[in-house]
Amino acid sequence: MICDSWKTELDIYLDGEMPSAETRALDIHVHSCPSCAADALARVQMKRSIQAAGKRFTPTSEFRRRVRTSIAPKPHRSFGLTWMLAAALSLVVVASSLSTYMGIQRTRGEQAYSEIADLHVAALASSSLVDVVSTDRHTVKPWFQGRIPFAFDLPELQNSDFSLLGGRMTYLGQTPGAHLIYDVRKHHISVLVFQERSLAAGLDANFLSPKKPPFNMETWSQGGLRYFVIGDASAVDIDRLAKLLKTAS
Amino acid sequence: MDVSGAGLKSDSFEELAMPLFDQLYNFAHWMTRNREEAEDLVQETYAKALKGFASFQLGSNFRAWMYRILRNTFLTSRTGLKVTMTVPLDAEEDGPELAVERETPETLLFGRMNHEALHNAIDDLPVHSREILLLCEVEEMSYQEISETLSVPIGTVMSRISRARRSLRDRLRPLAQETTGVRGSREQP
Repeated sequence: MICDSWKTELDIYLDGEMPSAETRALDIHVHSCPSCAADALARVQMKRSIQAAGKRFTPTSEFRRRVRTSIAPKPHRSFGLTWMLAAALSLVVVASSLSTYMGIQRTRGEQAYSEIADLHVAALASSSLVDVVSTDRHTVKPWFQGRIPFAFDLPELQNSDFSLLGGRMTYLGQTPGAHLIYDVRKHHISVLVFQERSLAAGLDANFLSPKKPPFNMETWSQGGLRYFVIGDASAVDIDRLAKLLKTAS
Repeated sequence: MDVSGAGLKSDSFEELAMPLFDQLYNFAHWMTRNREEAEDLVQETYAKALKGFASFQLGSNFRAWMYRILRNTFLTSRTGLKVTMTVPLDAEEDGPELAVERETPETLLFGRMNHEALHNAIDDLPVHSREILLLCEVEEMSYQEISETLSVPIGTVMSRISRARRSLRDRLRPLAQETTGVRGSREQP
């Protein structure tokens, strides 16, 4: 039936997503077909009702003020000082620049380390450790197809102490990635893989970990992907798993 | 809301982000179903967005970017992890799934249903259906914008919207039938 074919398109038409030529044709049809006109009216009513019902929750003014304060730019310092003061300040700046730079690098690295550690802990604390449960890399790897915008290889684990438990989706910032869980002597190790170019600038090759990290970790970039291996297993085990992954990639 | 041009500064973040505050909060509350969690989610979203603003790509959609951050933050939160665990890994996503539906007396009534019934029906939807319905109908995002927000192809957006609407109608139908006394009208030729 002609109407049946039009009715499959009604939602797209009412969402304003139909190409203009088809929109004109459906306009003409709706004006001459009482059945489709009634259907379109019902759908429009439905859309309006959802729109009205959906605007349900409003933030408190106190919460708005709190967020606005938290994102407000810091007040600009006045630089209308004398040249002498500027010279004195620049001397101080030059003297401390090296230590400041090192401090920033360390802070950025610690923040990045903290985010990776959070992902590891969140996975372990989750009621379901992995979304795809399999020790078979040929099952786990295809599960990520269509879920993340890149592909990666997993190592053969025969004759090693490691076993693959499965994988899950993860996000670092806004970047989707693969989160794999390995086991070695009852220690869980997280392997996180992201596209290098999608990651924030803080996660670069100068990645640093805190002075006393709660987890051992290795990270490297290979084939446009950034790998993180983190867990409470020994540094030697973390290093061995990292080497296996590097060989597979 | 496309942001274009050079010279994005951190103080322009506030100008761009605060007009989205109410709608982001509304969306967050629908996702978390809890005021405190919604506030935490929005606060964290703004903090992350401000931190990553320097890496925001000029010319891309700022609103979609903010929603994407909020959604990703939600999905990795404790509540988000819990709800996504219950979402079936269905084989959707291959393209629009647009079943033919005839108008029925109850569909005509949906528009006049009281808000509470509609709230409950929306709240009862699975998280993927709830979020896409809100983005499409409440935020009035285009399919392209939704595609950018959810990081899925437009075909998947269309099929999810279609499924969400059908699912909502299925939840509302018994209420409409109670009101009208209509039974089984969908089976009619």
